[in-house]
Amino acid sequence: MDAEKIHARLAEKFGDKVQGALVTGPSPYTIVAADAIVRIAEFCKSDAELAFDNLMCLSAVDYIKETPPRFEVVYHLLSYKHTHKHALKAHVSRETPEIETVESVWPVANWHEREAFDMFGIRFLGHSDLRRILLPDDWEGYPLRKDWVDPDFYNGMHVKPTAQMAERAMAGEAIGVGPFAFTPPNKHTL
Amino acid sequence: MPAITGVLQNKMPDNLVFTTVDEVVNWARKSSMWPMTFGLACCAIEMMATGGTRYDWNRFGLIPRGTPRQSDLMIVAGTVTLKMATRVKRLYEQMAEPKYVISMGSCANNGGPYWKYGYHVLKGVDEVVPVDVYVPGCPPRPEALLYGVMKLQEKIQEDRVFRKKGDTLGSLVGASQAPEALR
Repeated sequence: MDAEKIHARLAEKFGDKVQGALVTGPSPYTIVAADAIVRIAEFCKSDAELAFDNLMCLSAVDYIKETPPRFEVVYHLLSYKHTHKHALKAHVSRETPEIETVESVWPVANWHEREAFDMFGIRFLGHSDLRRILLPDDWEGYPLRKDWVDPDFYNGMHVKPTAQMAERAMAGEAIGVGPFAFTPPNKHTL
Repeated sequence: MPAITGVLQNKMPDNLVFTTVDEVVNWARKSSMWPMTFGLACCAIEMMATGGTRYDWNRFGLIPRGTPRQSDLMIVAGTVTLKMATRVKRLYEQMAEPKYVISMGSCANNGGPYWKYGYHVLKGVDEVVPVDVYVPGCPPRPEALLYGVMKLQEKIQEDRVFRKKGDTLGSLVGASQAPEALR
């Protein structure tokens, strides 16, 4: 099934919940309403003609310069049965970044949604275990947001190199500032 | 070891050797540096190659150990993230004295490509543990790592064991760095 037909099938089934598409080019996608994402995902998986049995990737994009600013949650789908691919995109507001989880449809979404939460702070409603997956538990902020600014320190360690550290690096000296007697706190092993 | 000269020359049987305690202890230490099996990123692949048959660091007496309690040497091979830095520090503290650190590759030396835009990378592992030898490269070839090991051996050979040491944290860094100032 090519992208045009996939999009047509989704549009026929869900009407105004399908809000746009790009059906040409190497990576076609359909824009869907965020509030209908679970229904659409279930249909994509269960429908015999679509049969998207695999969620290859779930990620997010920060479109901070759009009006209004938004996140896009992108679902890359693959059908092993028909060997076709398609992407779904859902727009999420930047003020209240919330969307229903698709964990019930594709269990692999669990970790992917945790990563999107980790990096963008998008809350996936109904997620069974929504906590950080890559960054430390005591990390503050969401670093892949476009308005992210590096903090100076994390647990006493430099996040942003200082001018003094840059000078030492350029001079080929040890950058380390110690003090080595200091042990950063570690929530996982305390 | 220095050859025996003077009145003692040829006075002793062949199996008797005169030397200093420092010489012997340092020789033993540098000839059996046991590194901790510890790789963080792609540098660890080169470190594994160094341990393989082609480069074979066993000939330097480097036998990888699976626990910090039995290790003398920590080779920080790869990108040290801020999350990992706390673990690196903890592993270093668990090693028994004397202990040495080789910082392998650009990431461990100064953050490497993550210097400016890496929100999650420690800018040089020497911010949390004292480093003895820095090996540059991205990643360093096995020859470079072996050269770093040999440099560390030279450094260990200059250490003082029973005489007064420099104001260091136990890895004897100061003793070998500025011997004149400390005598």
